[in-house]
Amino acid sequence: MINKVVENAIVATADIPDNATLMLGGFGLCGIPENSISALLKKGVKGLTCISNNAGVDDFGIGLLLKTRQVRKMISSYVGENAEFERQLLSGELEVELIPQGTLAERIRAGGAGIPAFYTPAGVGTEVALGKETRTFDGKVYLLENWLRADFSIVKAWRGDTAGNLVYKGTARNFNPMMAAAGKITIAEVEELVPLGELDPNQIHTPGIYVQRVFKGTGYEKRIEQRTTR
Amino acid sequence: MIDKTGIAKRIAQEVRDGMYINLGIGIPTLVANYIPKNLNVVLQSENGLLGIGPFPTEEQVDPDLINAGKQTITMMPGSALFSSAESFAMIRGGHVDLTILGAMEVSEKGDIANWKVPGKMVKGMGGAMDLVASAKNIIVAMQHCSKDGASKLLTTCTLPLTGLQCVKKIVSDMAVLDVLPEGGFKLLERAPGVSVDQIKNATAGKLVVEGEIPEMKII
Repeated sequence: MINKVVENAIVATADIPDNATLMLGGFGLCGIPENSISALLKKGVKGLTCISNNAGVDDFGIGLLLKTRQVRKMISSYVGENAEFERQLLSGELEVELIPQGTLAERIRAGGAGIPAFYTPAGVGTEVALGKETRTFDGKVYLLENWLRADFSIVKAWRGDTAGNLVYKGTARNFNPMMAAAGKITIAEVEELVPLGELDPNQIHTPGIYVQRVFKGTGYEKRIEQRTTR
Repeated sequence: MIDKTGIAKRIAQEVRDGMYINLGIGIPTLVANYIPKNLNVVLQSENGLLGIGPFPTEEQVDPDLINAGKQTITMMPGSALFSSAESFAMIRGGHVDLTILGAMEVSEKGDIANWKVPGKMVKGMGGAMDLVASAKNIIVAMQHCSKDGASKLLTTCTLPLTGLQCVKKIVSDMAVLDVLPEGGFKLLERAPGVSVDQIKNATAGKLVVEGEIPEMKII
């Protein structure tokens, strides 16, 4: 088996240049690559295009990179309660492409699967459809949407082995598996790095072929946006 | 008039046994609390879960288990976890029976706007455009009028659209209405203490009133 292990986030992200297009896994703050985001912050890389469902919150996740103006463009589905993201969007300081969540997920999936475009009903008749080709199938109108691919995909998994096979936990899976496949170089940070043979091949969510670098993350904060209890 | 809880309780009466249901953020999330216990339904969370359980106890809180509103949740026995691509495959594929979501405006043709107020507010569409483009049955939970009294049930939406001709039913703080296939809001029920005239005055789009309009029964 090919050994994909690197020492840490600093090493894993060392060659990410200015103006790179990145995919970053996660939904809200759930399943985000915390260690790699910190490394990008430290590295000070600029002009990034970030493809991620959300942009974290004001002081965590991708929100940190927005604050330091390291992001030139966000491609997301939901701004939500991120005040700084909404402010930069409304003032025009940040370029933002908002995409329906299912279209975002499928464009990323298509990118990893070698499908350059597909038709979807989401956004027909809305501003999302502006300038896009439409076609009618069985009496219903659909939009043509292109694949998305990235220079680097950065994903977070629960467990991974040295060959880059990954297993996610709970709803922290979200965009991570599709992004892993859609990056030219995919960096995976994992909570537990295990030897070959430890993961059940029946239960692998992301096969190692998609992953170029894997490292064991440390100090996960796993911040909760809406702690709700009974 | 009824409050948010009242709207959620009334919508819960639309739920039928065996349904797979997607609940949006806000009032729709509250609907889960009032679904009759004798019904077997499965709640879908578009961030990758079928079988949303109750909110956790303090000890059960797991940051890796949240709903689409980013609230901590639990899973039911028999739950299934999956990626966002799989999640929207089941949504677009028409496998979800009922979608309940909020709206800023609905038109008499069933168009819905709920993601953006140009120049003022951008939440993003999240999964709403995918849901409304594909769901078999869409119920909207909303306030009938804005804070300054302007109707949100219109002839044509003024805000950027989320989807075209998709809303089937509206439960507002004032009324229950069906959106007719040929266009128009058909008044089905009044909120307790609200008159048909009040609803007429609060509805800018075409309102269809036939016969006696009963009061909503909310327990």
